[in-house]
Amino acid sequence: MRRFTFGKLALPIYSLLAFAFLMVPIFYTILFSFNDAPAPNTTWKGFTLSHWLGVCTNETLCTALTNSVVIGVVSTLIATILGTAMAIALVRYSFKGRGAASLSLFLPMATPEVVLGAGLAAFFFNIGFQAGMLTIIIAHVVFCLSFVVVTVKARVQTLDPVLEEAGRDLYANPRQVFWKITFPLLLPGIMAAALLSFALSFDDFIITYFNSGAVDTFPKYIYVVSRRGVPAEANVIASAVFLLAIVSVVASQLVSALKRKRLGL
Amino acid sequence: MAFAAFGPSQPVVAGAGKKSSPIVLALLLPGIIYLGLFFLTPLISLIITAVEVPDASGAIGAYNYGFDISNFGYVATHYFQQILRSFLYATIATVLALLISYPLAYFIGVRMRRFAVLQRILVTLVIAPFFISFLLRTLAWKQLLADNSWAIETLKALHLMGANDYFIGTPGSVIFGLTYNFIPFMTLPLYTTLERLDLRLLEAGSDLYANSRHVFTRVTLPITLPGIISGTLLTFIPISGDYVNASANYLGSSKTSMIGNMVEADFLQNLQYPSAAALSVLFMAVILVLVWVYVKKSGTEDLL
Repeated sequence: MRRFTFGKLALPIYSLLAFAFLMVPIFYTILFSFNDAPAPNTTWKGFTLSHWLGVCTNETLCTALTNSVVIGVVSTLIATILGTAMAIALVRYSFKGRGAASLSLFLPMATPEVVLGAGLAAFFFNIGFQAGMLTIIIAHVVFCLSFVVVTVKARVQTLDPVLEEAGRDLYANPRQVFWKITFPLLLPGIMAAALLSFALSFDDFIITYFNSGAVDTFPKYIYVVSRRGVPAEANVIASAVFLLAIVSVVASQLVSALKRKRLGL
Repeated sequence: MAFAAFGPSQPVVAGAGKKSSPIVLALLLPGIIYLGLFFLTPLISLIITAVEVPDASGAIGAYNYGFDISNFGYVATHYFQQILRSFLYATIATVLALLISYPLAYFIGVRMRRFAVLQRILVTLVIAPFFISFLLRTLAWKQLLADNSWAIETLKALHLMGANDYFIGTPGSVIFGLTYNFIPFMTLPLYTTLERLDLRLLEAGSDLYANSRHVFTRVTLPITLPGIISGTLLTFIPISGDYVNASANYLGSSKTSMIGNMVEADFLQNLQYPSAAALSVLFMAVILVLVWVYVKKSGTEDLL
């Protein structure tokens, strides 16, 4: 039997190279968080831990980071609640205007960031609304919402309606059915959506830049200082966020793999 | 997991048959109202701004409501080069990302199937760049490929580059950065379709005496087309609107400006709101037409 292959070894070697390519800037960013050099931080001068130990000596940077975290948490919370409700409605119910509802969720994803950013900025400008934290949060919810719906929808689709029926048969009222059965089963999907939403918000630059007024966020700070050179403290923050995210994702995968093994699946 | 977001949408399963009820409204309405207020209204606002006329005082940044559609003609001719460049760069970078991603996604989705945990870790590695700042990643390439960098010096020593040649600031470097930054957006949807690919179909193909190339072009490729479609859309749209890679502080120069650079300059620096808005509206219209034609032609309307 001959099965289609790219060649037994060619594909693994190629993939290894592709992964290396993807990782190069990540290693560079982490490495230069240890560089013993002032602001431009472009050539290697020697190893130091001082940037890691004194991140907040750079006050502007730390304020920007705090803003980014606050914006990420608040917009994720709003987008996840609105998006989860929409995902349930879209999968579980058939109704008139369902195509229109799906389209209204697809369109924000098909809109280039610069158009959405300029559009929101024009809107806030035209109604005389001062740009700041609130306008950034409003903007972030718009682009996070569609991604939350898509992610949660995938989870709702795998949900067996029989489980909810069983709950109803056992005299659970609709509220109990939702909180005791539907919600716990959807939780992994909702968590994944929230993580994605936070990551999108935390790293967003273009839409934020158009709607931030005088408020700094972490990406905006980097963009503004990149003219003069980014200080190593920015690398420290990016590296810390990266390591935290990777460790938690890999840990959650190992835990779920272990669970499945124990259940014999 | 999070990457499901990038996968092609699945057909609605059983359980979708429930009758419409007030619950649907309660679930959908808040989100729809939000999108109406903060997605649709801003787009309308953009159109209104695009046809505004300069204030009689001539003050910079002062405009009044009007109906001057000449702004569209102005941006279409004045920014013709940048518009063309955006779509050219986006097309090249999308094709490159597809060529790089497909074998990688095939490896993870098909070859690694027997090693479930390893497979998941590899997918995490694909999305790993998302977890580190987009801007710092791009700046990292700027340093790694700078004029006096190890990589460029080596190429010069090997006479693959002339002594006075440079890379950063050229169209090639912008396309390089765009390709790199958006590879995960291409690999993930490809992975989700390849992971579900039924290998028995490939066996059936070779049993019927198709050679490996034919199995690929007649079986694998058509089955994974939905992944290719959503992958190209998810990369092409953000790439054509990106202006970080092309800006002079990153991988580009004044000669590589794209649509986004012009919108940013007109909106945030020159305060020429109508021109920035007209360019955005024009850009959005072109994108929508392209997406519509592309989705129609490929026959995967359930993508919406």
